[in-house]
Amino acid sequence: MKAPLSHFAHTRSGDKGDTVNIGVIAWRPEDYALLLRELTAEKVHAFFGSRVRGPVTRYELPNVHALNFVLQGALGGGGTVTLRLDAQGKTFGAALLRLEIETEATSS
Amino acid sequence: MIRIANGQGFWGDWLDAPVHLVEQGPIDYLTLDYLAEVTMSILQKQKKADPNLGYARDFPPLMARLASRLKQRNIRVIANAGGVNPRACAAQVRALAPELKVAIVTGDDIYPRLDDLLARGIELRNMDTGAPLSGIRESVTSANAYVGAFPIAEALSTGADVIITGRCADAALALAPMIHQFCWRPSDVDLLCAGTIAGHIIECGSQCTGGNSQVDWQTMDDPANIGYPIIDASPDGVCIITKHPGTGGAVNRHTVIEQMLYEIGDPRAYFTPDCVADFTSVQIEDAGPDSVRISGATGAPAPAQWKASISYHAGWKAQGSLVYCWPSALEKAYAADRIVRGRLAQLELEFEEVYSEFVGFNSCHGPAAPLIEDPPEVMLRIGARGTSKQAVDRFTRELIPLVLSGPPGATGYGEGRPAVREVIAYWPALLPREEITPQIEVLS
Repeated sequence: MKAPLSHFAHTRSGDKGDTVNIGVIAWRPEDYALLLRELTAEKVHAFFGSRVRGPVTRYELPNVHALNFVLQGALGGGGTVTLRLDAQGKTFGAALLRLEIETEATSS
Repeated sequence: MIRIANGQGFWGDWLDAPVHLVEQGPIDYLTLDYLAEVTMSILQKQKKADPNLGYARDFPPLMARLASRLKQRNIRVIANAGGVNPRACAAQVRALAPELKVAIVTGDDIYPRLDDLLARGIELRNMDTGAPLSGIRESVTSANAYVGAFPIAEALSTGADVIITGRCADAALALAPMIHQFCWRPSDVDLLCAGTIAGHIIECGSQCTGGNSQVDWQTMDDPANIGYPIIDASPDGVCIITKHPGTGGAVNRHTVIEQMLYEIGDPRAYFTPDCVADFTSVQIEDAGPDSVRISGATGAPAPAQWKASISYHAGWKAQGSLVYCWPSALEKAYAADRIVRGRLAQLELEFEEVYSEFVGFNSCHGPAAPLIEDPPEVMLRIGARGTSKQAVDRFTRELIPLVLSGPPGATGYGEGRPAVREVIAYWPALLPREEITPQIEVLS
């Protein structure tokens, strides 16, 4: 069974140079394990596709049931250089809420 | 316990927020964060044109507006409003509010010292690319090291009502009063980490009290009167994040955690000049209405290298837009984009990048945006960037003609030809901390 990330987490994104970071926070502590299993750096990189030119790194914050994704080369040169409307990566977090993730395997 | 508030998350934030923080409840310290990466180069330019400028000009009038209440309630202000000219900023505060004692923290500005640093083998390599600064030396427009909280704490010990700094670590604005009040030392690593984490959480103002938050934003209480954040700090490093009662917004675990993760890299190593804080060490729990408790912070001692923020000229750019309406709005916008690009190709102009996006379709989410069928309207937003100002200027003249000669029904060009703007790029670098000697000065 699949469901969008928005069912399990909320997000906030921001910039640092040409890098975007996305904090992903589980709504419920029990969903952290699901995020840990399903929301890999590879999946996040594939989701944003050509928008992210550099590597994607995932960091874990088990204390607050959250993950932090760091996306390098994601802003077309960085806040002041880029030609993009979203110069500071403010919308990356909301975009990720669409990502369909595999939920717990059901008995069906 | 001391109460430290932040009334400004960037230069341009809500003008009344600091006033409300002072009027709507008790605080001991009011911090104000004015400086973003790009701000320093703008201020450096202003100082070049007028040696009495180069600071956040909103700050002195704000101090004049608040002066009597600050004195009355014994509230002290810490602001990085000094930009590249803390002295001129302080002079203006003194001129408008002579009853306030003002101290400045300087020593962050390494722009006049760049050649000396480079000559001594401090290469100031770009932290992202590894390239040495020498390659762009001639284009540098500003250079500032991030100063930590200890010099600010020292400035507080002069008894000044207002402390004005240049570039400093954002979290240092809130950490400094804790160091001052609780007599924390550089070896009190975990306490410094606790104050740094709390300082990081309030540095963007209302972004931790319900602003820009996905947490119940539709039902959030009174967003027009959102309360700006307050830290109730204790000598043992336990910090409560809260806001004044009766204000709008919300402070809970989720709004606070969202902000803790904002603009960070490795959460185990948040570098400042004072410590390396470990964000995975803290417990964050709801501690009452609009009240969140942060405890258990740990981390590592201050790093040997401090960060510097350098800005440099990196060419020119312009962006313009045209709006197309149903039917086939997206197809029209695509066609207009092809025409503009065709004309640029005929002119044989050279750009580093020509970038098009279709607002209403993919400008926010890019390839992740789902296809939509025949939207009511789409805005073509097209930009060009390059080293030739002339080429970018010519680009700006290729959009408006499409109103008459392109796909039918173009509108939204009311502001005319887009402006050509200078591109100021950002160059993060490290330098040995011995190179920076912050200085404190009281103005009277």
